[in-house]
Amino acid sequence: MTAPTAEIEDQPADWASVRGGIGDRIFSGAALAAGLTILAALAGVFIFLLAKGATGFSKPAGVYGPHAESFLGYVFPLLVGTFTASIIALIIAVPLAFGIALVISHYAPKWLSAPVAFVIDLLAAVPSVVYGLWGAFFLAKKLVPMHDWLHATFGGWPILGALFGEPSTAGRTVLTAGIVLAIMILPIITAITREVFSRTPRLHEEAALALGATRWEMIRMTVFPYSRSGMVSAVMLGLGRALGETMAVTMVLSVGFDLSWNIIAQSSPTSIAANVALKYKERSADLLNVLVATGLVLFLLTFLVNFAARWVIGRSERRMAR
Amino acid sequence: MKLKSLRNAAVPGVAALALLMSACGASNESGNDTDSTDGGLSGELNGGGATSQEKAQDAWKASFQGANGGNLVVNYALLGSTDGRSQFISKALSFAGSDSYIKDEDLTKAKERCGGTIVEVPAYISSIAIAYNLPGVDELKLDAATIAKIFAGKITTWNDQAIAAQNDGVELPATKISPVHRSDDSGTTKNFTDYLGKVAPGDWKYEAEDAFPVSGGLSAEGTSGVVKQIGDVEGAIGYADASQAGDLSHVSVKVGDAYVAPSPEGAAKTVEVSPVVEGRDATDIAVDVDRTTTEAGAYPVILLSYLIACETYDDATEAANVKGYLEYIVSDEGQQDAADNAGSAKLAATTAKQAQDIVAKISSK
Repeated sequence: MTAPTAEIEDQPADWASVRGGIGDRIFSGAALAAGLTILAALAGVFIFLLAKGATGFSKPAGVYGPHAESFLGYVFPLLVGTFTASIIALIIAVPLAFGIALVISHYAPKWLSAPVAFVIDLLAAVPSVVYGLWGAFFLAKKLVPMHDWLHATFGGWPILGALFGEPSTAGRTVLTAGIVLAIMILPIITAITREVFSRTPRLHEEAALALGATRWEMIRMTVFPYSRSGMVSAVMLGLGRALGETMAVTMVLSVGFDLSWNIIAQSSPTSIAANVALKYKERSADLLNVLVATGLVLFLLTFLVNFAARWVIGRSERRMAR
Repeated sequence: MKLKSLRNAAVPGVAALALLMSACGASNESGNDTDSTDGGLSGELNGGGATSQEKAQDAWKASFQGANGGNLVVNYALLGSTDGRSQFISKALSFAGSDSYIKDEDLTKAKERCGGTIVEVPAYISSIAIAYNLPGVDELKLDAATIAKIFAGKITTWNDQAIAAQNDGVELPATKISPVHRSDDSGTTKNFTDYLGKVAPGDWKYEAEDAFPVSGGLSAEGTSGVVKQIGDVEGAIGYADASQAGDLSHVSVKVGDAYVAPSPEGAAKTVEVSPVVEGRDATDIAVDVDRTTTEAGAYPVILLSYLIACETYDDATEAANVKGYLEYIVSDEGQQDAADNAGSAKLAATTAKQAQDIVAKISSK
């Protein structure tokens, strides 16, 4: 591989332009500029959030509205709401997405896998407000009997009983929001895992099969270990979308401020992003600072989640390399 | 080569731009000319603020622009009351719509902006209906204390003694009550909770605020969201602008010894009998809505929205446009227009007269 490269460098071929150097430099400069723009934008957002939101951390108690007296009291239920909905979404979406990705990459015949993959990708193109409309006006109502059933069945159980307490009469619960979010993050996770699954070296798979592994054993022994980092980053991207999702949660969830384990309660704390969307329109200048401050919290949190994901991926890659 | 062609293109570009600008200037001048000759208004009038006035403003805009032969363009930006007031103060808007009268701390700033007194008139009155979804029950009478207990989550079933006692002969089911409130901050919530707090202070101990203070009930975004939610859930009760509460049944509220259903006349009456805030200029009708009124026929659960403008403007065109538009809004014709199109209540005759007199004083320096 290296030998021919060296040859080309030694004596330029006829087709190699002498003036190519300028083009290269322009291109690399443009690419660098593009990269730096991203960083600058990110830094700009951060500085804006910090400048506008800094005062939001310590306003007089009245500003934090009727439900809280301090910034912590204001943002904590929102954080809980953000994470509850996202975690429910992940619990539903991740196994489903991995399953779909496996079917597409390893199980289904070609004539089936291509259209299925296409339809899943199509889900990603649906705007979140459409999911919100569907969730709020159609799905929520249909899920009321399910809420009643969950309460009737599991309401008396030790741990599940706390999760499935007094059910909502409208179905606009964290559980419903989580289900809608799950459908929204499904295509992202599926698309990425599908790609990494299909990148598993043919030789690994064939070696496993040759050793007498069943197809499932082959997938466990070759596909999963090889794709682990890709799977983690897919889940993290999905989580990122779920954490920041605004419209769907705003429309689906019936908002309350009391913390409770009950995920089918009449009302539950909303997510940070949805809260900003709800409160922005009619607000005092002070509350704006508070909202920006909650945005800063979400920004830092998403950063943290991404860093954690990178770290997990890095660690598993190092282990793979060994 | 590339650079040269760019330079070639720039020359006609600049020329076109210059032409365009001079054309704009010219049209402005001609606009002023027609202004002085036939009295019609022209140019652009920018206002904005309270979203509650949306439908009424749409109607006023359409009629007023039509009356001026389309030479005047009125913009009303749906910013929310807070932004409307602050953008009026920062001179971005010529007038503002606001669900609450301008507060004392902002009043000095507003006066600075105007370089004199401000004009503040009630322009849009709307009843807030307490709507419910209870099949088989078409009429429901409640006093403020019972309503407060329902929304605070203290009364949880429809056949509760407190409800039954006020509704003789009505068969109330044992359905669970699902109170519905606004999830976004809203002047409707503020007026509704203000009513509960003033009339039933023992049962409603929360401040009147844009955000609904009690957690636990159902919430939905916007008036339409609340109406939809009430319609969807049997046993639901909520508050919404009466004009948009659709086919839902409305609670008759106890006023004095009688029960009053929401009506435009009842709403206008409440404004008429409410006291004006002391210490304001003559051009500033800030009304403290009297929720506890016992006046026969008055319906005290209302939303009152104002128009805020300056008494004098530097620019003659701006002054003429603001004056013309506001005069139309508070005129009988304008109020009827809003009542027809937005379902609002017309200002009572005395209130309207006061407002018309004030708006007529708007002028240029």
